[in-house]
Amino acid sequence: KTGFTLKVSAALKEGRVTPTELCQRCLALIKSTKFLNAYITVAEETALKQAEESEERYRRGQPLGILDGIPIAVKDNFNTAGIETTCASNMLKGYISPYNATVVQKLLDHGAVLLGKTNLDEFAMGSGSTDGVFGPVRNPWSYSKQHKEKSVPKSHSEDEKSGWVITGGSSGGSAAAVSSFTCFAALGSDTGGSTRNPAAHCGVVGLKPTYGLISRHGLIPLVNSMDVPGILTRCVDDAAVLLGSLAGHDPKDSTTIQDDFKPFELPNLTDMSKLSVGIPKEYHAPGLSSEILALWSKAADLFKNAGAKVVEVSLPHTRYSIVCYHVLCTAEVASNMARFDGLEYGHRSDMKDSTESMYAATRREGFNDVVRGRILSGNYFLLKQNYEKYFVKAQKVRRLIANDFVKVFRSGVDILLTPTTLSDAAPYMEFIQEDNRTRSAQDDILTQAANMAGLPAINVPTALSERGLPVGLQFIGRSFQEKQLLTVAKWFEKQVQFPVIQLEEVKRHDSGVFQHQKSAAFS
Amino acid sequence: MAARGCGGVWRRARQCGAGLPGPGPGPFPCGQRAVACNKRGGAVPAGKSGVAPWIPVVGLEIHAQISSNSKLFSGSQVQFAAPPNSLVSFFDASLPGTLPVLNRRCVEAAVMTGLALNCSINKKSLFDRKHYFYADLPAGYQITQQRVPIAVNGSLSYSLCIDNKMSQMVTKTVRIKQIQLEQDSGKSLHDDTRCQTLVDLNRAGVGLMEVVMEPDMCCGEEAAAAVRELQLILQTLGSSQAVMAEGQLRVDANVSVHHPGEPYGVRTEVKNINSIRFLAKAVDYEIQRQIEELENGGTILNETRAFDSKLGCTVPMRDKEGKQDYRFMPEPNLPPLILYDTKSLPANMNHQQVINIDWIQERLPDLPSVKREKLVEQYGILPEHSFTLLNEDGLAEFFESVVKQTQMKPKKVIGWILNDLLSYLKQHSLTVKESPVSSFLLADLLNLLEKKEISSTAAKQVLAELWKGEGKTPLEIVKEQKLELLQDQKELEQICQAVIDGQENEVIMMVLG
Repeated sequence: KTGFTLKVSAALKEGRVTPTELCQRCLALIKSTKFLNAYITVAEETALKQAEESEERYRRGQPLGILDGIPIAVKDNFNTAGIETTCASNMLKGYISPYNATVVQKLLDHGAVLLGKTNLDEFAMGSGSTDGVFGPVRNPWSYSKQHKEKSVPKSHSEDEKSGWVITGGSSGGSAAAVSSFTCFAALGSDTGGSTRNPAAHCGVVGLKPTYGLISRHGLIPLVNSMDVPGILTRCVDDAAVLLGSLAGHDPKDSTTIQDDFKPFELPNLTDMSKLSVGIPKEYHAPGLSSEILALWSKAADLFKNAGAKVVEVSLPHTRYSIVCYHVLCTAEVASNMARFDGLEYGHRSDMKDSTESMYAATRREGFNDVVRGRILSGNYFLLKQNYEKYFVKAQKVRRLIANDFVKVFRSGVDILLTPTTLSDAAPYMEFIQEDNRTRSAQDDILTQAANMAGLPAINVPTALSERGLPVGLQFIGRSFQEKQLLTVAKWFEKQVQFPVIQLEEVKRHDSGVFQHQKSAAFS
Repeated sequence: MAARGCGGVWRRARQCGAGLPGPGPGPFPCGQRAVACNKRGGAVPAGKSGVAPWIPVVGLEIHAQISSNSKLFSGSQVQFAAPPNSLVSFFDASLPGTLPVLNRRCVEAAVMTGLALNCSINKKSLFDRKHYFYADLPAGYQITQQRVPIAVNGSLSYSLCIDNKMSQMVTKTVRIKQIQLEQDSGKSLHDDTRCQTLVDLNRAGVGLMEVVMEPDMCCGEEAAAAVRELQLILQTLGSSQAVMAEGQLRVDANVSVHHPGEPYGVRTEVKNINSIRFLAKAVDYEIQRQIEELENGGTILNETRAFDSKLGCTVPMRDKEGKQDYRFMPEPNLPPLILYDTKSLPANMNHQQVINIDWIQERLPDLPSVKREKLVEQYGILPEHSFTLLNEDGLAEFFESVVKQTQMKPKKVIGWILNDLLSYLKQHSLTVKESPVSSFLLADLLNLLEKKEISSTAAKQVLAELWKGEGKTPLEIVKEQKLELLQDQKELEQICQAVIDGQENEVIMMVLG
């Protein structure tokens, strides 16, 4: 059996390690990597309690399954009963939800230990994990031996203080948490690439399942028609394990499919001759770095040499996905954010002149510029006079984008191979030169279309860039064909042998860098 | 389709004081305002004043709360007058991350109602979000069916009396544009002295059917009759309890006036109407107000007005933000609502998960119009009596029960039901169920009358005694008060003799003339 989760599970079963030891080790690591700012809330007390309960189950010889006792982290836009859920926003700072998101509940029902809630862009709006109220997340690879060896510091102090690179986003906290070994798996969310993008930058597996396969109940929405809970793990097998525990119909989410989902184990692909891999030419996008382009074609050759059929395919409408996404996303954001009025929960302004002025002040104080900007444009697109021109048109374009995929898959292609990001992770100081909207438009370009079409897609860490930073490739599969997608991804993962992050230097940065983190917070 | 396009014509000269007279007795508030409705639907020439006649146009939007144990999209209970905020689920309070789950019962109620109102049921309907900020709308939007509602293109026939005469009833039809499912809002209580607003979310998310009627009516009387008929239908179906006083049926009236041959005038929307009687008043007042306004050279604003039941008039509502743009958007968390009929029903579908329109159609109860026809046919009563029987909850059943237990002809029974029972109940503000005299007791009494054991005068006396509800049977009362009719010739003679015996002088005087 392969996969970290399975190995640890076996160790737990055999008593080589106890859930409490495991949990304590993770909690200690979270503390020593605090400078990464991966976690918003560490639920130490409840985690230890859950670990203890798990231990009791193992003692009785009745563990709940593979995930029993496995420490996991959850992006802070999933509701967790009794543990703060903030969406990295002033609006929900201090908000304690009375219920668990279905995915959280399922993990707990499988015995997983919830370590804490991970950092993100405010309300998941961003592609850097730099735009949250709790400050940016730092990419653990910034502190890896691999990156240190390759990077040429311009000046000593600059490298020390601001040379660190971003995680990508918006699930950057989850990606960093998995990448730095503080947990075995983490939940993210993926609306335009928010799981796959940080997974690529942090060198972990990031799975965005088919829309409707996993319940969104309890996920604080960004775009309801595209949001999918994402899975971040260290290897493809682990992603399959997580998927098995999370997928399936939820009576609380009417958009989940009715059919039963059968958890599966991934076979080792041996016969590649029946596999047809599509290379969409439109993903050769402007701004694609030459090293990623080279990696991409190397990967295609890998499949060809193994006997698979590799064909160039065309997804002509994909290039419109970002502008189309902009309209659909902001419209839904405008609608979804309407509930944050300060009355029932969350931040409430002291402004007491009238209900309306209280609303206005609450929303101005509670949301950052990015969120407010999206609310404004979304409301503009939904105005009666604009609805046809923007919203309806964007929906039509979305259909065209989705149809492109249908045609390609109908032509006999099983799976698409594309880059996940245009380049490796940018240094924070460079990244924040551009505004959120420009960055999101660039960064989602290769991942967005899969959300438009609702298709499953996965980032597989592939190699290190010239700067010693992770680069990943993306596989996009047919609707609800996660098993095929993951099987191919697993084969690929085995071929590329992505290196393990070497974080010996973590401790050296521990104190110094942590102090700097506050001043670097996004304002 | 007598009333289509509505030809009711109002002239100012005849309408002085409209809106002021009190309601008439009887099943409909048949006040003198009914005069205004032109039963032939033609234009009436201008009156003495020389002013061209006015044609009022009335359309209605009716919100009926669906009778269901739980809300439209959540499992919270539905209950009137529960402690504030005691029936609020996470979804109702719009906690972040919660999602709507459609309540099957509400869909069935809407389908039933649609079928009863001769609508075509859309096999695929959609949900939309309608956005506006209000304290009792926690999500900032209402989920409704703006684009494709569940039922469209129906009609409702209703009857009303002309010139306040029960014997002159006409039947009219109003077209139903659509029926849509939507969420109710919560309630806001404004405390002006403490400068605060209190919000109760018990009602938030309760299922509503919005019934949109085309502007086929022309006066308050017609509007009232149409709503009363709709109310009866809803109650018969059980799709809504439709009690206006409890807010289960809320009516907004769209009113405009124009001259014959001219396009419709600018309309106003009248809200805050909480009884059928007030609906008639509000509509008639608004028609009158518009006519006066226009004849005085003014213009009508496209505005929302509230009916003030104390003053008997409509007043402009404070429109906070002017015309709202509701920024409609498809509700992304609900897939299209798909309904089936027997033909389209997929074979392998779980029957719990699908709704079969034909199945519901087959199980529709008799509608009020059919019930009335049956009553007229079966018991030979007058059509107008059948209206009265159905208008009072439980009265038709009471009548039928009495008929079953007595030898008296139904035609005679109906008189006792309408003249005696009903007027007594009305006088004492009692419902049929609360009547101190059961159908059994009344039948007993009528049997005594029918067997000629008592006179009809005595029967009334007995009934008066029965109202006291002292648990005596009619026969006991008759005996106690010696109200029996004498059937024995000898006994009668003896009584007469006894009377005469003591009064010799008077007898002589009489004999002598």
